[in-house]
Parts: sequence; C-alpha cells; structure tokens
Amino acid sequence: MSDIQATPSAVVADQQDLQFWMKEDHHPENGTLLGFWIYLMSDCLIFACLFATYGVLGRSYAGGPSGADLFELPLVAVNTTMLLLSSITYGFAVLEMQKNRRGTMMAWLIVTGLFGATFLGIELYEFANLIHEGAGPQRSAFLSSFFTLVGTHGLHVTFGIVWLITLLVQVGRFGLTPANKRRIMCLSMFWHFLDVVWIGVFTFVYLMGVLP
Amino acid sequence: MSAHIDSHDHHDDHGHGEEEVSHSTLKGYMMGFFLAVVLTAIPFWLVMGKVIPNPQTLAIVILTFAAIQIVVHMIYFLHMDTKSQGGWNMLALMFTLILVVITLTGSIWVMFHLNSNMMPGMSHDMTEQQVKNLP
Repeated sequence: MSDIQATPSAVVADQQDLQFWMKEDHHPENGTLLGFWIYLMSDCLIFACLFATYGVLGRSYAGGPSGADLFELPLVAVNTTMLLLSSITYGFAVLEMQKNRRGTMMAWLIVTGLFGATFLGIELYEFANLIHEGAGPQRSAFLSSFFTLVGTHGLHVTFGIVWLITLLVQVGRFGLTPANKRRIMCLSMFWHFLDVVWIGVFTFVYLMGVLP
Repeated sequence: MSAHIDSHDHHDDHGHGEEEVSHSTLKGYMMGFFLAVVLTAIPFWLVMGKVIPNPQTLAIVILTFAAIQIVVHMIYFLHMDTKSQGGWNMLALMFTLILVVITLTGSIWVMFHLNSNMMPGMSHDMTEQQVKNLP
C-alpha cells in the first residue's frame, strides 16, 4: 500500500491507466481457508477410494456373515444423530465466535466434543462387538473393506477431537485472536466435512448393506 | 486519487479474518439442521420399516436422499457458494467431484464385469458338474 502513496502523483496517474487487470481481480485474501479446503478435497479422494473398494468388495462374504446379519440399524441411527447434533452445536460455536463471546463459544465447543466422543464410543462398542463375534477385519473381504472405511472415518473424528481440545486450550489462553478464529473456521470445515462423509457411510454401507 | 487509494485500502483490509467468517446465521444453521434431520430420518424409516419391497428401487431412493443431504450440508454448514474464495472453492469441489465419480463408477463397473466374466468358480449356484467342467 505504502509504495503507491510514496510515488509522485503524475507517475501514479500513469500507472492507473496501465492498471487494467489488477483492479477488480479478486484473489483469495486468506489463503489458509482455501488451502484447507483443498486439503479436504484431497481427503475426499481418499474416502472415494475407500468407498470404491467397499463398493467392489462389499458383497464378498467368503461364506461369513453379511451386513444384514451384523449391522444394528438402531445403533447406527443413534450414531448418526450424535454426529448431526455435534454439527449443529459447532455451528452455534461459530455464531458465538462471530459475536466475540468467548465463554459461550467454548461451552458449545465442549458440547460438540462430547457428542463427537459419544459417536466414537458407540462406534468402538460396535467394532468390539463385531470382533468378539468373530466378524473382525480378517474374516472376509467385506469386513476388511468395512473396517477400513468406517475406521478411517472414526480416525478422522478422533483427530478432530484432539484438534478441538487443542483449540480450547489455545482460545482459553490467548482469547479470540484472528489466528484462533481462522483455526476455528478450519476445524468447522473439517467437522462438517466429516458429517458429509458419514452421510455416505450410513447410506452406502449400513442402509444398503442390510438390503438383500 | 485519494478515492482510488481508499478503495484499494479497503480491498486489502478484508483479508484479515473478519469478512470471511461473517456469513453464518442462526437461521441458516437451523434450516440446514432441520433439513438434515428429515433427510436422515426418511431413509432410515424406509429401510427399517421395509416400506419399499424392491431392494433396487429402495437403494436408488436412499442414494438420492443421501445426495440431496450432501448438497444441504454443503450449502448450510460448509457455506459453499460460487463466490467464496473468489470461486476457487467451487472449482476445487467440481474437480474433486469429477474425480470421485470417475473413481466410484469406474471401479464398481469394471470390477463387476471382471467378476461376472472371469471368476465363475466364485458364484454359489454352481453345480458339481459345472465345477468339474471348469478349464
């Protein structure tokens, strides 16, 4: 900015005539959010590969149990509700952040983390049950791809919670600084993105898995 | 001249986090949440209540619901529009979607044909005689 003010006005006037392409070119000012979005898109490709693997192997039971034998849809419905509730509470946290209310924002973040932890707890309970019944990842191609896909999603949620706790400490110590706000927006995208992936999981894996 | 510099200053200002996070509203989030709940509840009800007897029709219906719900999440929770980040968000999303579609349909299509053409021994309805006649 300062260099324009420093130049003599005649030169500036000349330059102004030459400025035909930078004038309204709206380049992204905050590269972090765009960069993080591109990371999410690459993550989306990882999930696409895992979905494709499941799509190919999902009916190869090797004489073992099928999805209709194993999946407990009421449990999956509860799990989906947990993740959806955590999405809306994260939205409330973002709204509080916009009003610069640190306390309520942190409270909503904690609620979000608790919903996320409940989701993980239910998923681990389901996994433990499956392995206990002898339907572990080594049983059939169907179960290998199932555990890889759903486990990768669960791993993402785990790291989302680690990130959320880190942010709580950061905001608690340094307040709602621009850097922290940017981080909260990045985690917001990450968290909502995981909910989007879960839509694919509950539809493609669980609901379609129990169909004959 | 000063007007030009002012507008330029303004252009530079909005990079520092304020403007980009300001377009979420309570109404938007509640709307998205309501739609998401409805679009989740219907497919679960369709499958658990065995409402549609034909599994193929049912699969297409619940996949459609999932697609609609993904769009709802993109708009109301991820705040996607054609203008965010100067359109680069949308461009990256479109590119990714194309790759996702190619990966998914390509894998499933190719592997389905490989299964049906090259692995007759894997199908369960094969008789003893047919197994003996395998090359």
